[in-house]
Amino acid sequence: MKHLQERYQRQLMLNEFGLEAQEKLSNAKVLVIGAGGLGCPILQYLVAAGVGHIGIADDDVVSYSNLNRQILFGQQDVGRFKVAIAKEKLLLMNDTIDIKTWKLRFSQKDCINHFKDYDIIVDATDNFASRYLINDACVLFGKPLVFGAVSKFEGQVAVFNVPINEKEKTVNYRDLFPVPPNNNEVLNCSEAGVLGVLPGMIGVLQATEVIKLITGIGKLLTNRILTYNALNQEFFTIYLTPNPEASNYIPASVEAFEYTDYEWLCNYSPTNVIEIETEQWLKIRENTILVDVRELIEKPRLDFYSHLSIPLPTLNSNLDDLLDKEIVFVCQSGKRSLKAALLYLSVMPNAKVYSLKGGVNELVKKKLI
Amino acid sequence: MKIEVLFFGQLTDITGSSKLVIDYVDTTDNLKKIILEKFPALSSLKFAIAVNKQMVTDNISIEKNSSIAFMPPFSGG
Repeated sequence: MKHLQERYQRQLMLNEFGLEAQEKLSNAKVLVIGAGGLGCPILQYLVAAGVGHIGIADDDVVSYSNLNRQILFGQQDVGRFKVAIAKEKLLLMNDTIDIKTWKLRFSQKDCINHFKDYDIIVDATDNFASRYLINDACVLFGKPLVFGAVSKFEGQVAVFNVPINEKEKTVNYRDLFPVPPNNNEVLNCSEAGVLGVLPGMIGVLQATEVIKLITGIGKLLTNRILTYNALNQEFFTIYLTPNPEASNYIPASVEAFEYTDYEWLCNYSPTNVIEIETEQWLKIRENTILVDVRELIEKPRLDFYSHLSIPLPTLNSNLDDLLDKEIVFVCQSGKRSLKAALLYLSVMPNAKVYSLKGGVNELVKKKLI
Repeated sequence: MKIEVLFFGQLTDITGSSKLVIDYVDTTDNLKKIILEKFPALSSLKFAIAVNKQMVTDNISIEKNSSIAFMPPFSGG
């Protein structure tokens, strides 16, 4: 115990903190989802501070491109699972902490099975499907959520869904952004890049909020979102209010949650959509149906090829006509056709469906129309 | 009379800068319309709007010398 007193001495001596806060930390159970740029500093500071029980979930292995910001990992770790190395390194820092790991990307089932074992959930993921999944699960299971996200030189931090009284909670992510953007609308770190120190800043701010939540000190980042810009060292706060739209999108029951397809909502590239080159398409053209999902006014039309014209916004109500057919979706550039293919697959998960790469633009370029 | 419009995250890739000072506009809906006319590529993106740091979900009137923020969601981690 003396050893522990010494380990935490610098925070124990704070009047606002003391032994009581330290005991709260050591009894706390925190689940950190994502062990990347945000997860690394969050985990290091929570372990150093003496948070007693920590869960870590991540399905990824270390790559060289992680090393500019994911500071639990070194070059010798490339190719190994992040959660395994994280646990090893964190236990070297503080072996009094109980650490549980999951080598997977958290699904609805995992939230249902494991959120109940934790007091606080930390979103340190890198994609919208996970962010909306985690937010909805926190609302459904009544867990406070410490949120962080980065984009190039900027980051966002907020604490969502904290109980105010028996009935009310502070706002959640859906109050701010009721529906997810399409995945091709917002680029992630691997597509847009990120300054290595930035997730460090944001992760440390998240860890700070976790410690405040557990110990009850200070004023939480609730009902507001803090934005940080590394280029001009400026913080900007936006004060949030409940959004009447939000509750329309949050699953109302565990069952509804289980059946919400978050990857699809966020337009994840699935493995069974095949982006087909024009040459390949010409070969299978006879045996497939070409569906043009552009608006009727978009030119040039595909009159030369037999096809159906179903603009993307109306596709949902016309899906019945297309069932059980092998389909090639086409649009102007190949983006909407990919969305159409995803929509089709959400109804017919085992269908063979193609999206014509490059779309009509490519056909024009190759003088095929 | 002017108002200040602030852009965050990847919105600045489209607007080219994080701050724009424009002539007074009376409501948030009208401001949004003007901004989208100026930067049509923004119309395919999602963002929240805050007037003087307070998030708004409905159309509200804008006071003079206000600062209006356009905040998109970030996904990286």
